[in-house]
Amino acid sequence: MGEFGIGQPVRRKEDVRLLTGGGQFTDDIDLEAQVYAAFVRSPHANAKILAIDTLAARSMEGVIAVYTGQDLVDAGMGVMVNEANYVNRSGKPMNKPSRRIMPVEQTRFVGECLAMVVADTPEQARDAAEAVEIDYDVLPAIASTARGLDKDAPHVWPEFGENLVVHWEYGDKDDVEAKLAACHTRVKVDLVNNRLIVSPMEPRCAAAEYDTASGALTVYTPSQGGRRLQMMLARGLLKMAPEKVRVISRDTGGGFGIRSKMYPETVMVAFAARTLARPVKWRGDRSETFVSDYHGRDQINVAEMGLDAHGRASVLKVETLLNVGAYLSENGVRLPMEGGGRIIPCMYDIPDFYFSVKPMFTNTICTDTYRGAGRPEANYIMERLMDAGAQALGLSREEIRRRNFITEAQMPYKTHLGFVLDSGDFDGTMQMALDAADWTGFETRRAESATRGNLRGIGLATFIEGAGSRPIEGMRMRFEANGEVTLFAGTYSHGQGHDTVYAQLVNEFLGVDFDKVTLIDGDTATSPETSNGTFGSRSSMVGGIGVKRAAEAIVAKGRKIAAHLLQTDAERVVFEGGVFRAQSSSITLAEVAAASHDAKKMPEGMALGLDESVVYENDVENFPNGAHICELEIDPETGILEILNYVAVDDCGVVLNPFIVHGQVYGGVMQGVGQALTENVVYDADGQLLSASYMDYGMPRAAHMPMIEALFNVVPAKTNELGVKGAGEAGACGAPPAILSAVGDALSRLGVSHIDMPLTPEKVWRAIQEARVVTAA
Amino acid sequence: MHNFNYHRAADVADAAAKLAATDDPKLLAGGMTLLPTLKNRLAAPSDLIDLAAIAGLKGISVEGKEVVVRAMTPHAVVATSADVQKALPALAQLAGNIGDPAVRHRGTIGGSVANSDPAADYPAACVGLDATIVTNQRKIAADDFFQGLFETALGHGEIITEVRFQIPDRAQYMKFRHPASGYAVVGVMVAQYGSKARVAVTGAGPCVFRVAEMEAALEKSFTPASVANIKVSAEQLMGDIHCSAEYRAHLITVYARRAVEAMVG
Repeated sequence: MGEFGIGQPVRRKEDVRLLTGGGQFTDDIDLEAQVYAAFVRSPHANAKILAIDTLAARSMEGVIAVYTGQDLVDAGMGVMVNEANYVNRSGKPMNKPSRRIMPVEQTRFVGECLAMVVADTPEQARDAAEAVEIDYDVLPAIASTARGLDKDAPHVWPEFGENLVVHWEYGDKDDVEAKLAACHTRVKVDLVNNRLIVSPMEPRCAAAEYDTASGALTVYTPSQGGRRLQMMLARGLLKMAPEKVRVISRDTGGGFGIRSKMYPETVMVAFAARTLARPVKWRGDRSETFVSDYHGRDQINVAEMGLDAHGRASVLKVETLLNVGAYLSENGVRLPMEGGGRIIPCMYDIPDFYFSVKPMFTNTICTDTYRGAGRPEANYIMERLMDAGAQALGLSREEIRRRNFITEAQMPYKTHLGFVLDSGDFDGTMQMALDAADWTGFETRRAESATRGNLRGIGLATFIEGAGSRPIEGMRMRFEANGEVTLFAGTYSHGQGHDTVYAQLVNEFLGVDFDKVTLIDGDTATSPETSNGTFGSRSSMVGGIGVKRAAEAIVAKGRKIAAHLLQTDAERVVFEGGVFRAQSSSITLAEVAAASHDAKKMPEGMALGLDESVVYENDVENFPNGAHICELEIDPETGILEILNYVAVDDCGVVLNPFIVHGQVYGGVMQGVGQALTENVVYDADGQLLSASYMDYGMPRAAHMPMIEALFNVVPAKTNELGVKGAGEAGACGAPPAILSAVGDALSRLGVSHIDMPLTPEKVWRAIQEARVVTAA
Repeated sequence: MHNFNYHRAADVADAAAKLAATDDPKLLAGGMTLLPTLKNRLAAPSDLIDLAAIAGLKGISVEGKEVVVRAMTPHAVVATSADVQKALPALAQLAGNIGDPAVRHRGTIGGSVANSDPAADYPAACVGLDATIVTNQRKIAADDFFQGLFETALGHGEIITEVRFQIPDRAQYMKFRHPASGYAVVGVMVAQYGSKARVAVTGAGPCVFRVAEMEAALEKSFTPASVANIKVSAEQLMGDIHCSAEYRAHLITVYARRAVEAMVG
């Protein structure tokens, strides 16, 4: 292991460029003679569109075109893609509405695009958008997850006669209920997993240009990898040959799941560029980002667990309501099943399980993947149940977990929904966290807080993730004549630091200088055919191993060239530290690379150059896990809460770069802190978004957190050759239940048994007030 | 943002002349509220009259028993002024906790006071510290100045030139910050002037207001216990998606008591 190899805390090579204004985000890209788009958005959550009058807008200065949903239908455009296909137990297929790029007859959420204006300047486009007149017949709307399936709730899609998308079930309900009834102790939780605004720093943006002569379209957009967007645009929406559509993301200011999706505005910008044969650009502002970026989470979970007298859980029943919004986004409906479902009951060995999921339509923007994508929700359910179980049985919170953990002896362990956990030291990881947080010394600190009139609490959460989503990915490695290495990746670094980590791997496997490795990604013209992008904490495995295998292919070919040059047999050539050796003679990889470009030096019939493409494919994901501990203090008079200490112990397998993984832990924990304390999407009864700006939507800030102590318990994954487990989403799984556990601990002596996220000061204060009233009575 | 005509006023008289001569003008002070409003196309004034170049509207002085803050003085200047810190530390502390550093370096006292945002901090200082709002036309007691939600006594063509705070024997400002915006959900200024007391509350109602019952109790006995059990009725307060009126009412009592605690040590 050298200074730049695997496991070294190498500083990120991309940061100087990004921190000195050298980034090239989509809004930094200006196309020659570009014109500008603006969108007319629905002010109503549910309304018939009676008429759209674009006449006034069309006649305004600088206006080039105005398009409505009908124009897109007339142009033969396709519909938005959704591949989910669930079936009710009755055999009835799921309700699956077709989503047009812009609706024609009815709008179903506030912020939906209903018309697009293209003009010479952004101001002219916005002025004209305001001049588009739409007549509506406003209909009753439903936004609430709790009430979405009520009998009297307005139907988002009247043709289905219900808001239920599908009732998906796993397990035998009657059997599980009978077993619950027979248990020594049953605990139940009823939890709201609050809806969140994902808030990447970069608002959504798109620019497109069309070359009439070649019929080639280029689309610039923030993304998490362009290949999927290219395929969707080409095949389903614009109906073009994929090779005629190129998607480019130079830099992207945060993905978090929602930037991997196709949005109507992107399609519209591409459509307008093609139709007008002029470059078209649109940059959404922050307000548009609030109403039209997909939101995250939004579940209600009622769960029940049955335990024996010793605290061993044997039965679990989980009933989930999921708000998918007005349409089916690409992945939203899948999250409880394929996101959280694959790991639930999480770290615990619970043999009997019934799981019911009811996704529902409401008059809101769709929900979709957000950091963790179903796994934070699943872990939150299990951790709240474990705390409830501990309280019911008078066990400590660590002991009840210890008694229910899946052990290493049980691995490989098949989960209910068919995933196989290969590795993990759950008890050891938890113990590291307990030790680091001085768990046993807590009572002294609680007593000290009490002298100041404050309630102190400590909370524990353990969690497991599933990472590596859809594990197939291409990687190409090319040696230049000067010995430098260029990587062409289908993964796409939008904050994760791939430039650094992949260069470390090239250095590790080939001995090439860290600074002589260049990563090219974010462009479908150069990325490998078999590429999916970066999401689901997958790049360490699919990209990292891609680099490893490409390096192996380079060495295999290089060995033959070296043997030829050293006049020996390839079998006698050994590669180590960047040098090919055969007994006393040797030649460096750089020399071999240079020779590979010279036909005179190459073995006969061998292609010139060192340029190898590989496809990594795995049939299993990996399972990062961890234990987080949060200690906090509550001012009972105001309900204000302050986090005093936070310990995160993560098992993300072999750590390629601890500096970068710590960054992932900090970021994930902060997003979890946001969900637990400050972030909450609020719609009113008419479906108007009330939390529609950062004046009303509370982002977590640096002042909300002390320094996070991040530690690793390295248990290499057994199912991939780097031993890595994805690190990107773990923090968001651990923080919410750890914080709730701490608040529960602080308030439990007052008799507070239930509280939901986000823990606003008023909510905490009210819980204390109500408990005091009950205690007094 | 819609188009508008931009004017840079040379002095107060020039600004007043331009106000009178244009259709639908707005005065631009620090722009901390006005500029986001324009950017979001929620307002479309015909003309913006920028007061930033008027040297006479900047600066701070202590004159007898008054701290005088001229209208275009940014919050950060008030917060760090040695004169204010010495004569009226509660005002320096209040100014130093408005918004964030960017807001404190651009936002001005005149702009804040003229806007009468229900959640702004300065109205509590004006009313709690018995200030006089001086305009190009007259002097207005703070008690008469703030009239309602974004409503003040300012007439058309009237420009705030300075705010004159009465220096108390002692004063303290305590606030509960909005978790998203940082504005005051409840801000309480308590001040003592000889046998008189003032308690001004911002953030909780549609407009800054005084709590007469607390003032009377403090005038009898200036102790935390005097206000600890005085409740403000929630009926006159605001409730929104963040904090109910009932919670705001509760916080007024808590923060008033804590302010007095901090004052009496």
